[in-house]
Amino acid sequence: MSAIIDVLQSIIPSAFLFATPLIFTALGGVFSERSGIINIGLEGLMIMGAFLGVVINLELYPILGSTLTPWVSIIIAAIIGSLFASLHAIATVTFRADQVVSGVAINFLALGIGLFMIKQLYGKGQTDMVQGMLRSTDIPILSDIPLIGPIFFENTYYTNWIAVILAFVVWYIIFKTPFGLRLRSVGEHPFAADSVGINVNRMRYIAVMLSGFFGGAGGAIFALTFAGNFYMGTINGQGFIALAAVVFGKWHPLGALGAAVFFGVAQSLSVIGGGIPLLDSIPSVYLQIAPYVLTILALVGLVGRADAPKALGTPFVKGSR
Amino acid sequence: MNLQKLSGAWIPIVSIIFGLLAGAIIMLIFGYNPIAGYIALIEGAFGNSYFTGQTILLTTPYILSGLAVAFAFRTGLLNIGVEGQVLVGWLASVTVGLLFDFPMIIHLPLAILAAIIAGGLWGFIPGYFKARFHVHEVIVTIMMNYIALYSTNAIVRNVLTDGSDRTEYISDSASLKASWLSNLMPNSNVHTGIFLAIVAALFFWYFIEKTKYGYELKAVGFNPHASQYAGMSVKRNIILSMTISGGFAGLAGAMEGIGNFGYMSLNNGFTNIGFDGIAIALLGGNVAFGVVLAAGLFGFLKVGALNMPLSAGVPNELVDIITALIIFFVAASYMIILLRDRLKTLYQRIKNKLKGGGRS
Repeated sequence: MSAIIDVLQSIIPSAFLFATPLIFTALGGVFSERSGIINIGLEGLMIMGAFLGVVINLELYPILGSTLTPWVSIIIAAIIGSLFASLHAIATVTFRADQVVSGVAINFLALGIGLFMIKQLYGKGQTDMVQGMLRSTDIPILSDIPLIGPIFFENTYYTNWIAVILAFVVWYIIFKTPFGLRLRSVGEHPFAADSVGINVNRMRYIAVMLSGFFGGAGGAIFALTFAGNFYMGTINGQGFIALAAVVFGKWHPLGALGAAVFFGVAQSLSVIGGGIPLLDSIPSVYLQIAPYVLTILALVGLVGRADAPKALGTPFVKGSR
Repeated sequence: MNLQKLSGAWIPIVSIIFGLLAGAIIMLIFGYNPIAGYIALIEGAFGNSYFTGQTILLTTPYILSGLAVAFAFRTGLLNIGVEGQVLVGWLASVTVGLLFDFPMIIHLPLAILAAIIAGGLWGFIPGYFKARFHVHEVIVTIMMNYIALYSTNAIVRNVLTDGSDRTEYISDSASLKASWLSNLMPNSNVHTGIFLAIVAALFFWYFIEKTKYGYELKAVGFNPHASQYAGMSVKRNIILSMTISGGFAGLAGAMEGIGNFGYMSLNNGFTNIGFDGIAIALLGGNVAFGVVLAAGLFGFLKVGALNMPLSAGVPNELVDIITALIIFFVAASYMIILLRDRLKTLYQRIKNKLKGGGRS
């Protein structure tokens, strides 16, 4: 029994830690895709967030100190991230660009801007390590609960729990508020939405910028929990995994939460699996590719059919039908 | 699908000009001399025979990855999986190059064929899932990229070597390196793969424009329902398109495996050959000739950029921003069309005003 608890105590916190940036970014993806805009650019949005989070952290640390700096960095990264995402909105909504291609351009652009600015600011290809990393704490009261406390609330990060709470908030917004109803209607049937007076393009702008907000936060959190600096490989496919979480989670915020946690477990197993009995006999490559294989299987229908928002990928041209 | 309407060459050209202008503006903002910057770029790509060789070297896989993306595009499919297909092609070509020992006339074609088959298989899977289960090829190909990345790394580390970071060099009989070409451009890694890439482009053109199969692929891309009604098998064409697309990508991997490097090493991330291929296909208007030109442009920009920090002090990452903006402009071609129409009406109005002014 205590052996199982030991294993859980080593897997769950690290899985949760891997999942948190994915949850943030995937929630952004849910907003964007629910409004009908494919967002392959989640990777780029995370790159932007990581770049901003690290640079702001480096610059503000001497002023704000160690407790405030990471939070301010994340929030500013999220806000500028939403502005950066508006480029995707301008291209796809106003200029009817192919959404996938525009997303690919976002990915390139984020990396280009990030690396160019790092060269410009620091004269080298990567930043120094930040000092204001996110730090783990014991959550008061909750960590005293027997069994659950040590596994979930001891030595944990506040960002983990913010991510979980946000998933429920986003679920509430999308499924229980007028704003959410409009958002979904725009993604399912923009012409019907337009006919009842919803401003389709405005909704899509808001949704894409929200994806930039969440993606930026996700990227900054990733950088400030794991990498600690910004270089070419700080974000290496995290955004694409978040995109997979959106699809795997069937475009539902809580589904995305579950999928992100699942990917988090898979990632942490591939990192720490070698130290766990039974798992240590499996070659790590199987654990590494498991999330991707499972996503494909999920899509193929073994886990359940996923239906995308109906108008996903199509620009809205008023009066075109 | 608006991607297929990009038949005219003027949108890509305007996009390139806009991208370069934006790059010049960025250089000005950060206090660099844009003219010096662009001269350094050109010198870095064609300044001497070494640079020219490197430009051709990089252009080679770009042509093939661009063809791969463009081929799928013509059937209305987006193959983001070129990255993974490149990796498996790379691995397959190196494996054949390492394990066998035949005379070159057998060995080299065998290594190339292995790469094409491996890439084709990696494209077949998302094609099959798309045709059979209506699963969006974008997501499956992204997933396949990661599966390829981790699997090839594991195979290099555990199967082809004994825990090493890279394989041995392939035997000379499987190498695309040719001494006459290397002597022409000393020290550069240029190899004869460029001719294969040109042949592939000719094949692309012939297959798409001149054969019944190509006609069917295009028809399915234009309108799957009408094609179905006309008696074509949409499913078969989707699978065929993705498989051939993957074959082009696998060949691009062979360019790295038995051309550029001569071995395979562990990859921490993707080569970006495939992602750049999306931009190249788009810029080239999804036709063979356009892809070759666009690949040349990308090779020129990427290789030339490496000279910018030395000669002009401009960070070479600027070129990444420029290429990203070029893709943006091509993707948002509607913006350029709008701009053209605005300019036209403005021109008309000025003309009318001048006429009116002359009368009164």
